[in-house]
Amino acid sequence: MPSLVSHPDEVKIVTSRFGKGAAKIDTYLELGGYASARKALAEGPDWIINEMKASGLRGRGGAGFPTGMKWSFVPKQSAKPKYVLVNGDESEPGTCKDHLIFLHDPHSVIEGTIIAGLAIGAKTGFIYLRGEYRYLIQIVERAVAEAYERGFLGKNIFGSETEFQVIVQTGAGAYEVGEESALMESLEGKRGVPRIKPPFPAVVGLYGGPTVINNAETIATVPHVLAMGGAAYAAIGSERNGGTRLFGLSGHIERPGVYELPMGYSLRKIIYEVGGGVRGGRKLKAVVPGGSSTPVLLPEEIDIGMDFDQVGKAGSMLGSGGVVVIDDQTCIVEFALRTISFYQHESCGWCIPCREGTDWLKKSLTRFHAGFGTEKDIDNIQYLAENMMGRTFCPLGDAAAMPTLGFVKKFRKEFEDHLHGKPCPFAHHPEVVLV
Amino acid sequence: MADVTFTVDGKTLTAPAGTLLIDACRKAGIEIPAFCYYPGLSLQAACRMCVVRQEKVPKLQTACTTPVAEGQVFITESPEIAQARKATLQLLLGNHPLDCPVCDAGGECELQDMTFKYGAGESLYVEAKQHREEQKWSPAVYFDRPRCILCYRCVRMCGEGMDVWALGIQNRGVTAVIAPNGGDHLDCEQCGMCIDVCPVGALTSGTYRYKSRPWEMKHVSTVCTHCADGCKVTLGVRRANDGMEIVRADNRDKSGINGDFLCAKGRFGFDFVESAERLTQPLVRNVAGVLEPTTWEKAIRHVAKRFQEIVSRSGTSKNGRGQDGPGSIGVIGSTRTTNEENYLLQKFARTVLKTQHIDHERTADYATFHGLLVGSTGRAAGLKEIAAAPAILLLGGNPTEEHPLLAWSLRSDVRLNHARLYVANTQAIRLERQAVRSLHLADGDYEALVRSLSGDETALAGLPDAAAFRDALAGEESLVVICGAEFRGAALAALMRWGLSRPQVKFALLSDGVNARGAADMGVYPDLMPGYQMLAGDGPMHQEYAGMPVTSGKDYVAMMEAAGSGKLNGLLVVGADPFAALGVADGALKDTFLVVQDCFLTRTAAQADVVLPTASLYEKTGTVTNCYGDVQMVRKAADKAGVKPDFEILVRLAGAMGVDVRTLVPFGDSQGVRADMGQTRGAQAGEADRHAVWLAAHALEPKLSPFDPLAILDEVERLVPEYKLDRLNLFAGNESTTEPGAGFVSVESLLQRKDGVVAAHPGLFDSGLLSEKTSALQQLRRHQEKLTVAAD
Amino acid sequence: MSVETMSIFSPELSARFDELVTRYPMKRSALIPMLLYAQDEVGYLSDAVIDEIARRIGITPLDVRNVATYYSMLRFKPAGRFNVQVCTNISCMLRGGYKIFDRFQERLGIGHKGVTADGLFSLEEVECIGACCWAPAIQVNYDFHDELTEERVDAILEQYRSQNAGGR
Ligand SMILES: Cc1cc2nc3c(=O)[nH]c(=O)nc-3n(C[C@H](O)[C@H](O)[C@H](O)COP(=O)(O)O)c2cc1C
Ligand code: SF4
Ligand code: FES
Repeated sequence: MPSLVSHPDEVKIVTSRFGKGAAKIDTYLELGGYASARKALAEGPDWIINEMKASGLRGRGGAGFPTGMKWSFVPKQSAKPKYVLVNGDESEPGTCKDHLIFLHDPHSVIEGTIIAGLAIGAKTGFIYLRGEYRYLIQIVERAVAEAYERGFLGKNIFGSETEFQVIVQTGAGAYEVGEESALMESLEGKRGVPRIKPPFPAVVGLYGGPTVINNAETIATVPHVLAMGGAAYAAIGSERNGGTRLFGLSGHIERPGVYELPMGYSLRKIIYEVGGGVRGGRKLKAVVPGGSSTPVLLPEEIDIGMDFDQVGKAGSMLGSGGVVVIDDQTCIVEFALRTISFYQHESCGWCIPCREGTDWLKKSLTRFHAGFGTEKDIDNIQYLAENMMGRTFCPLGDAAAMPTLGFVKKFRKEFEDHLHGKPCPFAHHPEVVLV
Repeated sequence: MADVTFTVDGKTLTAPAGTLLIDACRKAGIEIPAFCYYPGLSLQAACRMCVVRQEKVPKLQTACTTPVAEGQVFITESPEIAQARKATLQLLLGNHPLDCPVCDAGGECELQDMTFKYGAGESLYVEAKQHREEQKWSPAVYFDRPRCILCYRCVRMCGEGMDVWALGIQNRGVTAVIAPNGGDHLDCEQCGMCIDVCPVGALTSGTYRYKSRPWEMKHVSTVCTHCADGCKVTLGVRRANDGMEIVRADNRDKSGINGDFLCAKGRFGFDFVESAERLTQPLVRNVAGVLEPTTWEKAIRHVAKRFQEIVSRSGTSKNGRGQDGPGSIGVIGSTRTTNEENYLLQKFARTVLKTQHIDHERTADYATFHGLLVGSTGRAAGLKEIAAAPAILLLGGNPTEEHPLLAWSLRSDVRLNHARLYVANTQAIRLERQAVRSLHLADGDYEALVRSLSGDETALAGLPDAAAFRDALAGEESLVVICGAEFRGAALAALMRWGLSRPQVKFALLSDGVNARGAADMGVYPDLMPGYQMLAGDGPMHQEYAGMPVTSGKDYVAMMEAAGSGKLNGLLVVGADPFAALGVADGALKDTFLVVQDCFLTRTAAQADVVLPTASLYEKTGTVTNCYGDVQMVRKAADKAGVKPDFEILVRLAGAMGVDVRTLVPFGDSQGVRADMGQTRGAQAGEADRHAVWLAAHALEPKLSPFDPLAILDEVERLVPEYKLDRLNLFAGNESTTEPGAGFVSVESLLQRKDGVVAAHPGLFDSGLLSEKTSALQQLRRHQEKLTVAAD
Repeated sequence: MSVETMSIFSPELSARFDELVTRYPMKRSALIPMLLYAQDEVGYLSDAVIDEIARRIGITPLDVRNVATYYSMLRFKPAGRFNVQVCTNISCMLRGGYKIFDRFQERLGIGHKGVTADGLFSLEEVECIGACCWAPAIQVNYDFHDELTEERVDAILEQYRSQNAGGR
C-alpha cells in the first residue's frame, strides 16, 4: 500500500478524504459526498459551467486547458450521444497522483463524472484506467456498483428523470493511450493511435459523439469546486491558475510522496521544505518539474511558483505535476537515455519523426553513454530533437524532444565529458534494453 | 460546395471549399510531396512530408489534412519546409537499406525521388542498419521489411479499396510492421494492389522481382486480355531472343477506366505469352494423320485450296456425306479476338466462304439487350457512368469473383460518393457488404423479382424484405441496373421493360471474355449482322455485302452437331475450343475439314487438319469492347516470332482463295499523305506517335496494307450505327463508349430467337485457356486452394 | 447475441465475455478488456484465444492481432506463474531500480523477458508503473510492491514461492 505523506503547507481538498476509508460509499457520504452532484442536478448545466469557469480550474492532465471552457465547447444539440471520458491512464514517468485518488477516493471521480455529464448533457461516462492498475480498477468498479445500488447512477439518478451510466474500462499497457484521441481509439477497441484533429473530441469524439475528456484529478476536483463555489476555489491558487494541485515528489528527495499544494507554490519550497531537501544532504543537480516530458530546471531556476504560466515562462512545463529531483551523483546522459528510451518504447509508431526520431535518439544516446560517442553526436542529438519539435502527429514527439533539448543544452559539458572513450563518471547501468 | 479563393506561394487559387490543400495544389501544378497520402484512401497525416506553412498558424500544417477555406495563405516551399522534409527523409534513410541498385523499385521509387529533391545525402548515424530476410507472402507478393516506410497505403488499399482486409499493422513504435493475415502468408485475392501503391520496394511482385530495371522496359498501355471488364494494363516489355517479351504488367498508366485498379489476372496473368506450349509454327495433318509443322506459305495455300474446293463445288462432297457449295462451311468466332478481327471474320464467312453458319460462344444475351434499347438513347451505362452512379441495382452475377473491376468501381462509388447499392441475388455475394439493401432470392426467383419491381404485389410475397426493397428502389431518382448473364431472353426483356418504363434507368449486362460484347456487336451470329441487323434488309451493309446468304445459319451447338454428322464439310474455328466446351468426343469431326486458329494446341486444335498459330491480344493492334460497351484500343506490346494476328491470317486466306482483298479490307488512300507503316501503334512506337494518333483519329492515316485493322475500323464506324467512336480519345488511349440505342432492328423478331447463352463464371484466377497456360495464375490458384483446404 | 458454445474459456469467463460485448455502444470496445482477462486465465494470447475473441466480437483474427500487439501488457508466449515486472524508469532508477532488477536477474537466473525453468517466475523490465513516489517499485502480476530494497527482493520471492507451495 503506497504510503501517505503530509505537510503543514498542504491545502487538502482533493486529498481531504485520503486515508479515511472513503472508498466505501457510506464513509464517502458521511464526508459530504454526492452533495455536489445533487446540487448540480438541481441547478442545471449553465450553473455548473459558470462555476467551473469561475474556479479557474485548469486540466491536470498536462496541458492545463481551462476545464469550464472545454465543457462549454460541447454543442448543446447533437444527433449522436455525448460522452464523458475520464483519463486515468496515468503513465507519464514521475506521476502517480491519480493512483492515490482511485485508491482513496474513487467516488469523487464518479461524482465528478456525473457532474461533467450533467454539464454537457451526456448519459454515459467512461473511466479509463491503465491496465497495470488492476487493483484500483477493482476498487473503482466496486464504488461504481455501490453508486448504482444507491441509485446515484442508472436510469434515474438521485430519483430524477435523468439517466447516467458509468463504465469502467481497462487499458493494457500503452502510454500513448493517455493522449485524448488515442484514448478514444483504445476505448473503441483499436490500436492506441491518435486521431487527426480537427475535428476535436468536443465535437466528434467517442463513437463519433461529442466528448469531454478530462484527467482523473481534474474530475475528482470538480465536486469540491461546486461544494466550495468556483470563486472560493479560484482564490486558493495563483493568477489564472485556480485551486490546488497534487504534486508527486520523487527521485532523490528525503520525503517523497504526493502533496496537495496551492497552485503557484514555490518549487524551491517544494523541494527543500515540503520534501525535506535532497536525499542524504546531497546537492541538487537538476529537477524535472512536471513529469518526464518537461525540460529540466537547474538549481538556479527553481525560484518559481508552480503553476502553468510561471513554469512555462521558465522554459519548462507544469505538466502532470510530477517533480523529479536529481542529485549531483547522477549522470545526466544516463538520465536522458532512460527518458528517451521510454518515449522510444511508447511511441505509437504512426508518424515518421516520432517513430524514427525517438529510435535514433535512443540509439545515439545508448552508444554515447557507453563511451563510443563522437563530438558530432552531440550536435546530431540536438539536431534530431529540434527536427522533431512541432513536426509530429501528436505531442509525444515533443514530449521526447523537449527534455532531450533541455539536457543537451543545459548539460552540454557533461555530454562532452563522455567523449573520447572516457567512462561515465557515474554510470551503474550503461544500457537500457527494454524491447 | 461553393468555391473559395486562397493563396499558395503567392498564386491565387480557387477550389471548392473543403478540398484538401494537397489536391488543390496538385491540380494547380504545385507539387506537394507525400508518402502516406493517396487519393481516394483515408487520411493518415503520418509521413509528415506534406508539411506547409499556413499564415497565422504556429506549427507547420499537413497539406493532406488541411481543407481549404476562403482567404487562407500558404507557403509550400521555403528553407524551413525543405529542412523539415529533409529531416524526415534523413530519419527514414537511417534504417532504409540503400540497396537501390538491386531494388525492384529503383528508378520508380518515391523515396528515391524525394531524396534526390531534398538532398538528404549524408548519413547522421553510425549504427548498423537492421537487416531482415525478405518474406514470401504468396507467389505474388513478397515483403522486404527494412524497406518499408510505414505509409500504410497497402493496408488501406487492401482494406478500404479491396474490402479484403488481409494486411494489418502490428506492434508499435519502431517495431511496428506490416503483417499479412495468415501470419507468414497472405490469404487474399492476390490482386497485388498493395504492390502497386507501395511507394518504395517493400512489396514486390512475384512475377517481376529481380527481372528488370524500369528503364530497360518499354511501357505499353493496352487492354487486359482476361475478362470482359477490359482494364487498361501497362505492359513492360523488353527485347528477347524471339521478339519482345513481357516482363511486367501493372497500371502505372492510371488514365484507364480502371484508374488505380488491376486484379490478379491483369497483373500477373501474362506469362502464357511465353509459355513453352505456345504454338509458333503452322501445323498440317500429314498422310500418317499426324500434325506436322510446316511453313505459313504452305499452310495458307492448303487451307485456301480446301476451302475453295468446298465452296465452289456443288453436289456431294468428297467424303460422300454432306453437300459442298455455299453454306457448307461453319465458322466459330471468339470472345478473345479484336472487334476488327470479329468483323472481318463474319465478313469473310459471309462474303468469301459464302456461309451463314457463323457463331461464337455466347456468354450473355446482347442481342436481346440491344433489341430492347433500340430507339432510346442514353440507356446503356459505360463503366465510368457506373462508377459515378448515385444508385445501382445489381441483379445476379458475382462481380467480386467474375468482374473484379466492376466490384472495385461499385465499392469505390459507395465509399467515396456515398452511392446506394442494392443487391438481389440467389447466392450470397461479398458486395452485399457495401449494399444498403440486399435481397436473397431462391433459385428461379429473378423473374418474380422483376414482376415485384413492376408492381405485382403477389410476386415474392413470401419474401419479407421484398416490398421494402421495391419501395426503396422506387424512391431512387436515377438508377443503373447491372445484371448478370443469367438474365437473358424473356427475363432480360422483362427487366429492361420495367427499367425503360422509368425515366432515368440505365443498363449494363455482364458477360465473359475480353471481347464478348465485341463479338456480339460485330455480328458473329448466324442470324444477325454487325450492329444486330437482320440478315435480310436493304441497309447500307446489305448493299455492300450483296450476294451473301440471307437465311439464318446454324448456331454454335448446331454447327458442331452438323459437323459431327457430316453435314458441314469445313469448319473454321478461331480462338475457341468447342471440343472442350461442349464435350465433343475425339474423332467426332474426322470427316470435316477442320481449321483452327489459336495460340495453343487446344483439344479442338489437336483434332484439326490445319492449325494456324495466332498472336495473343498482347501481340496485336485493334480495339475491343468491354461488357459495358466501352471500346478501347489494344496496342501491340509483345512480339513472338512465328505467330500472326487472326486478322492477317484471314486476309491472307482470302487472298490465297483468289479474292480481291480490297473488297474485304478497304485499305489504301489516294490522298498522298506520307505514311507511317502502322508501327506507331506498337512497342517500337517513336516520335511519330503523336502525329499518327491525330491522323488516325481523323481517318487521314493511309491504310497501306490490308493487314491494317484500322482499315476495318473505318468500315465498322461507317456501317455499324452504334460504333460512332470518339476516335481521338480512343487513339489517345481512352475509352469511347458505344450507344446501343442507335441501331435499326426489329425487336420482336429478336425476341423470337434462341439466345444460346452459356454463361461462364470465371473465378479470380480463371479466364479459361489463357489462365490455364499462365503459370503465375496457376500458382496463385494453388496457393489459395491450399489455404481453403487448410481452413476446412 | 450468440453465446459461444465451444468456448475455450472457463464458464465464468465465458459468461463475463457474454456480458462485456453488450456493455458498450460498440461491441469492439470490449476487445482490450477481453484480451487482458483471457490472458489472465490462459496465461498468454494463444492463437485459439485470438480466434475466439475475434469470433465473439465479429472481427478478423488479424484485426485482433493488430490491436493486441500494440499493448505492452499483452503477450503471445506463456510467462511464469508470477510475472515480476521491475520498473526502471526515471523515478525508480534514481532510487535503485536497476539494482532491484539486477537482484532479480541474479536470484532467478534469468534476464529481461526470461522465464525460470520451472515456469514459476518470469522477469521483465517495464516502464513507469505509476508508483514513482514509492520508488523503487515492482509489480508481480497485478500486485504492487514498493519502497523496495535489495533485501526485500529475496523476501518477495520467498513469499511467492510459498504461495505456490500452498497450492491455489
Ligand atoms: C502522449 C500524451 C500522453 C498523455 N497522457 C495522459 C495521461 O496519462 N493522463 C492524462 O490525464 N492526460 C494525458 N495526456 C493529456 C491528454 O491528452 C488530455 O489533454 C487530458 O487528459 C485532458 O484532461 P485535462 O484537461 O483534465 O488535463 C497525454 C497527452 C499526450 C500527448
Ligand atoms: S509496405 Fe509499402 S505500401 Fe505498405 S506501409 Fe510499407 S512502404 Fe507503405
Ligand atoms: S501526405 Fe500528409 S502526412 Fe503524409
